[in-house]
Amino acid sequence: MSITVLIPTPLQKLTQNQATVECNGSSIAELLDSLEQNCPGIKDRLCDEQGELRRFVNFYVNNEDIRFLDGKKTALQDGDEVSIIPAIAGG
Amino acid sequence: MVNLRVSIERIKQTDCCGRVLIEVAKPMTQTLTNQSLRSALKALKCKECGAEYELQATHVCEFCFGPLEVSYDFSQLSHPITRESIAAGPHSIWRYRAFLPVETDTPIDVGTGMTPLVKSHRLARQLGLKHLYIKNDAVNMPTLSFKDRVVSVALTRAQELGFSTVSCASTGNLANSTAAIATRAGLDCCVFIPADLEAGKVMGTLIYGPTVMAVQGNYDQVNRLCSEVANTHGWGFVNINLRPYYSEGSKTLGYEVAEQLGWELPDHIVAPLASGSLFTKIYKGFREFVEVGLVADKTVRFSGAQAEGCSPIAQAYREGRDFITPVKPNTIAKSIAIGNPADAVYALDVARKTNGQIESVTDAEIVEGIQLLAETEGIFTETAGGTTVAVLKKLVETGKIDPEEKTVVYITGNGLKTQEAVQGYVGQPLTIEPKLGSFERALERSRTLDRLDWQPVLV
Repeated sequence: MSITVLIPTPLQKLTQNQATVECNGSSIAELLDSLEQNCPGIKDRLCDEQGELRRFVNFYVNNEDIRFLDGKKTALQDGDEVSIIPAIAGG
Repeated sequence: MVNLRVSIERIKQTDCCGRVLIEVAKPMTQTLTNQSLRSALKALKCKECGAEYELQATHVCEFCFGPLEVSYDFSQLSHPITRESIAAGPHSIWRYRAFLPVETDTPIDVGTGMTPLVKSHRLARQLGLKHLYIKNDAVNMPTLSFKDRVVSVALTRAQELGFSTVSCASTGNLANSTAAIATRAGLDCCVFIPADLEAGKVMGTLIYGPTVMAVQGNYDQVNRLCSEVANTHGWGFVNINLRPYYSEGSKTLGYEVAEQLGWELPDHIVAPLASGSLFTKIYKGFREFVEVGLVADKTVRFSGAQAEGCSPIAQAYREGRDFITPVKPNTIAKSIAIGNPADAVYALDVARKTNGQIESVTDAEIVEGIQLLAETEGIFTETAGGTTVAVLKKLVETGKIDPEEKTVVYITGNGLKTQEAVQGYVGQPLTIEPKLGSFERALERSRTLDRLDWQPVLV
């Protein structure tokens, strides 16, 4: 099972400057563990001390914010694309 | 672990760079020397964890993803900033240059800012307020919204950082402003907007000749796309990688109100909430003026306005949450329809600690708000302004604003850009022949219609 993860610029130092990483996992929570194995240190950046996703990190599964889905429990399928995006302002 | 060490070293290094920048900051031109000879610019600082970064085109903390904000050291200014030195400056936001995140002697000055602060009589009387003021950015220059403030700052900084192309994700006003000021500054421009924007906002961008991408999606989707584009083409995105500089421009809405009130802070302000940035920067502006001694300290109550069809911040406020649940916008107030507002947590914090309120109003109330402001004060605002006026009214009616409070309501955009919103709610012209009789008959008819309008019973 392969999930494509789009890595934002601030984290690309941890992925040898790769903008995408292939990972495994049947949910976002599992994906985070898989990411950590591939790119040690990345989970600390994405999650706080309690292991919850930091409040300024947004996760999208196939273009949908996981807060509209099942949060960290959101199920993933082979071929899904997950984007990690910092919150941004505008108007 | 190796990666972590590298990053920490970089931050230490950037600390040094922050200091160096202060030392090499160039003296300002004659017109601005009254303010200071050295820049107070210090560093970019994470609002969450406090990590410091170089003053480059970056907006996110590498450690905790928190937003970066420009920090200053006003004690570094070799001349104190005085009321007189500001008043002697240009009639634009650049009179506050010492408080803005640029180093150049020649910022892009298109006359942005110093918009009227109007003392309200008729709206105030109708609402039962004794001291109501309207900050009218519906007539800000050059593109008739407060966005000209943030864009003037962002593009000045973009030039300093060496960008030749600027871009933005926009609900309309920001696109207008970025396109106009970019062409004035000779910068290439590519803007991204949701495909369903009002015609006036689309035309008001296209006329300046930028590349316009109309994205089939809502603003939050446009914004997400842009954050993926941002780092691939080497462009300066005013609301993404230039965001720390861009957002500082909104502080001038605080400075100007303080100066225009005779160097005094108001008791209460009401402003629209989209991403929450403007709201928190007005607050920052007031606090900086207190810090440097330009105005006396005072607690200003901050109240925010949202449209019910997109009110994640108002919902979080009502439910006592310190985080927001994103929503999918469904409102006529497109300019403030941000379902995933980035600065929401800070806006909630400001409203709560200042004893303010965050309220939302329906689309029907927004249209009434636009009409109320137009019919009482002669100011035609767009849907965001209608939202703000409607929330002002609601706060008064529910006893949340004391009639004695010196209250400032921020009108941030112009109604000519969102004509669709009021079409069908305003009257029609009386079409007549070029004859006296035709005029007299039409006048009689209009007077009858007027009477019917205010008579509560059918005749």
